[in-house]
Amino acid sequence: MENYIVEMLGITKEFPGIIANDNITLNLKKGEVHALLGENGAGKSTLMSVLFGLYQAEKGEIRKNGQVVKINNPNDANALGIGMVHQHFKLVEIFTVLENIILGVEPNTMGFLQKNEARKKVLELSERYGLSIKPDALIEDISVGMQQRVEILKMLYRDNEILIFDEPTAVLTPQEIKELLKIMRGFASEGKSILFITHKLNEIMEVADRCTVLRKGQHIGTVDVKNTDKEELSRMMVGRDISFSVDKKPAEPKEVVLSVKNVTVASKHHKNNAVRNVTFDVKAGEIVCLAGIDGNGQTEFVSALTGLEKMVDGKVTLCGEDITKASVRERSVAGMSHIPEDRHKHGLVLDYTLQENMVLQRYWQKDFQNKGFIKFDEVRKYAENLIERFDVRSAQGPITMVRSMSGGNQQKAIIAREIDKKHELLVAVQPTRGLDVGAIEYIHKQLVERRDAGKGVLLVSLELEEVMNVSDRILVMYEGEIVGELDPKTTTVQELGLYMSGAKRNTVKEIDNAG
Amino acid sequence: MQGKNSTSQKNKNFLKNITRSSGFSAFSSALVAIILGLVFGFIVMLFAQPENAIKGFRYVLVGGLGRFGSVLYFATPILMTGLAVGFAFKMGLFNIGASGQYTMGMFFAIYVGFMWDLPPGIHWIVAILAGMVGGMIWGLIPGLFKALLNVNEVITSIMFNYIGMYLVDMWIQGNAVMFVSSKSRTNYLPSNVQIPSLGIDGSNVNFGIILAIIIGIVLYIVLQKTTFGYELKATGHNKYASDYAGMKGKKNIILTMVIAGGLAGLGGAFAILAPSAIAGSSMTYEPINIIAANGFNGIAVALLGNAHPIGIIFSSIFISHIQRGGSLAGLVGFKPEIIDVVIGVIIYFSAFAMIMNAALARFVKQHVTRKDEEVVKAKEAE
Repeated sequence: MENYIVEMLGITKEFPGIIANDNITLNLKKGEVHALLGENGAGKSTLMSVLFGLYQAEKGEIRKNGQVVKINNPNDANALGIGMVHQHFKLVEIFTVLENIILGVEPNTMGFLQKNEARKKVLELSERYGLSIKPDALIEDISVGMQQRVEILKMLYRDNEILIFDEPTAVLTPQEIKELLKIMRGFASEGKSILFITHKLNEIMEVADRCTVLRKGQHIGTVDVKNTDKEELSRMMVGRDISFSVDKKPAEPKEVVLSVKNVTVASKHHKNNAVRNVTFDVKAGEIVCLAGIDGNGQTEFVSALTGLEKMVDGKVTLCGEDITKASVRERSVAGMSHIPEDRHKHGLVLDYTLQENMVLQRYWQKDFQNKGFIKFDEVRKYAENLIERFDVRSAQGPITMVRSMSGGNQQKAIIAREIDKKHELLVAVQPTRGLDVGAIEYIHKQLVERRDAGKGVLLVSLELEEVMNVSDRILVMYEGEIVGELDPKTTTVQELGLYMSGAKRNTVKEIDNAG
Repeated sequence: MQGKNSTSQKNKNFLKNITRSSGFSAFSSALVAIILGLVFGFIVMLFAQPENAIKGFRYVLVGGLGRFGSVLYFATPILMTGLAVGFAFKMGLFNIGASGQYTMGMFFAIYVGFMWDLPPGIHWIVAILAGMVGGMIWGLIPGLFKALLNVNEVITSIMFNYIGMYLVDMWIQGNAVMFVSSKSRTNYLPSNVQIPSLGIDGSNVNFGIILAIIIGIVLYIVLQKTTFGYELKATGHNKYASDYAGMKGKKNIILTMVIAGGLAGLGGAFAILAPSAIAGSSMTYEPINIIAANGFNGIAVALLGNAHPIGIIFSSIFISHIQRGGSLAGLVGFKPEIIDVVIGVIIYFSAFAMIMNAALARFVKQHVTRKDEEVVKAKEAE
């Protein structure tokens, strides 16, 4: 009881219309790695924001070393030794690593920066914990992995002893993840206490001592990791049993649906092209996965493929029809469905109702309009049908504002719309991003079902587990090029990681899918 | 799932609930904004002339009622410019150039009125249409700049306010048929170019207000029921999603600005072609290098009306009412400038309607969702 370094007791935090945290208790022992697990919208981030001073709880109290403390803002949190690595890094891109680390606590004499002291301390810390960095490199020039190490060093530099990691592994390669988990263990053995937000069960099993599970704002339980298993944790998180493996028959690829030849796309950020000379085919009845670490040209490639951006060079053929210069709508009519990467930015009009969003690609078709007037009765019927078939849940059915729906159900709505639309090729970009295991299971099933219905599926994913489980063929993209073609049945996660990080490459050869 | 059965039933109830609550919240928030504006307006009057404040304020409040014809007459142009601003706003464009479009429309209407020889029955109609075309041209140009070169429409349309005003002043001063240089105003328009009067005594109210209201209702239908309105609002809410859905964003930007310009141009035509209560005279335009205030009042009208065409019909009449009443406060010794300040304060606060709307909507939504949860819980308990 006495050795809790942080106690959050009976924390209740309400937002208009929703109780994000309902009487949640979380105790953090000194020197432990404590995982915080929950579906999206379960209240993990809210709880951590309360601890970090970004939100104030309506009820409950926070104790540090048994003393009740009040944390009104992140500065208070810092003063108590609480630091946080956010999911989206908070770094100044055009500053150096060192400048970012000391930002806000700059050592100075009468207003003049004293960087040498700081440099010494930073290098010391970096060596001690094995966090290799280049102190004088600009943030914009270093890898995501190193940016994260900079964030971690920021906390260490401030002598924080309670470290919060908000989904830190989402942006890393398998090798980097391994490295990070090792570093986290190292912190724990040094007596620092770690709160680790995640929904990846493997990582919890590997690194955490205890795990607190939240569901819909409720505290479901806190368990010792060594006395539990993945199945139990997922049951606590979702409230039912989840199957981890994707159930699917071997693929039966047929004719080529999508043919991409020498596609090159310019970058908005630098002079080099973001996508260089990409060539591949997708056949009917197979799931081809474009794997890679975020920022290696996948986003630009998909923009060009779907017609949102122009390509510099290359040719795209869909079902034998040259669509290189076709507009977004022409591509859609030609048989391309697109589940976009960012569902809030591209996929949905959040301030439209669910039924209006369900016809976002089709409102202009004869079924839904007559002489320019939208047939709202038809739209309603159509939306009700989709809602029923795809089990999209919302407070008010077709007239729910999409903004008020949960992320999983928003994604289901997009999937329903894109799958029900006439299509031969489904482009799904990170379709499970930010979703919980239940929704992921559902979406994977839908993708496989599309494949079995004889459609071509192009899946763009950053999640290794997804890449390995769902796809029939893997293309690895690195710095805008396809550096390898792998068969998920014969390759390993480690090998995939080597390709993704650019350490290994093979020349892509025309592989005949006779087998 | 047993929840599913009850969903469709629930929908019916909630459809009612939602229409009532969202309309209700928009209206009540506008009301709160207006009341706040009036309170502050009264405070200003108290400071200016404490002894006459109450009397003067009564004029502001109810003075317009006795002159309803005038209220409608002055409401016509700001209703049109309000629609011009509000319609573009639905697309996410801030059409601050309603003044220039209004002035251009006015000029086109005058030009047709003086320079074209047409049969009496249709002359005024052609003049109105000419005004619309003038406004459309002045909306088209910022629209083209925005769509093709991505130049911010706020900047271009502000500049086009000046360009339009100076051009019109130059053109009018250079035309001996239209311009009476001794009085530095335009000539009286022939009576067959004037819009037929509605015949309310002592006012210039004319057929224009009826046309303006019809246009407002048509816009409402366009926005709510047509594919064009669907695309327009979708683009206004989320440009990226509209690109993703294959909507022609550039075409829609241009079309929206053309329509908005046309609306403001119609406002200018309605204003200048209004009949005069005094026989043998007409409305005139003074080329004195001032940007038309009706264009900017349109912004306030649009904000108070929540950019909703029907809301704009009412907000334009309200603002016109306050302005008429305010001018009457001069009877108890308030200087016109003070009255302008009071009206300004009221309009300024009224413009907060949007913000209040958001706050109130949040409150209402919270209330409704709570009830929703209770219903769900009750159903589950069964």
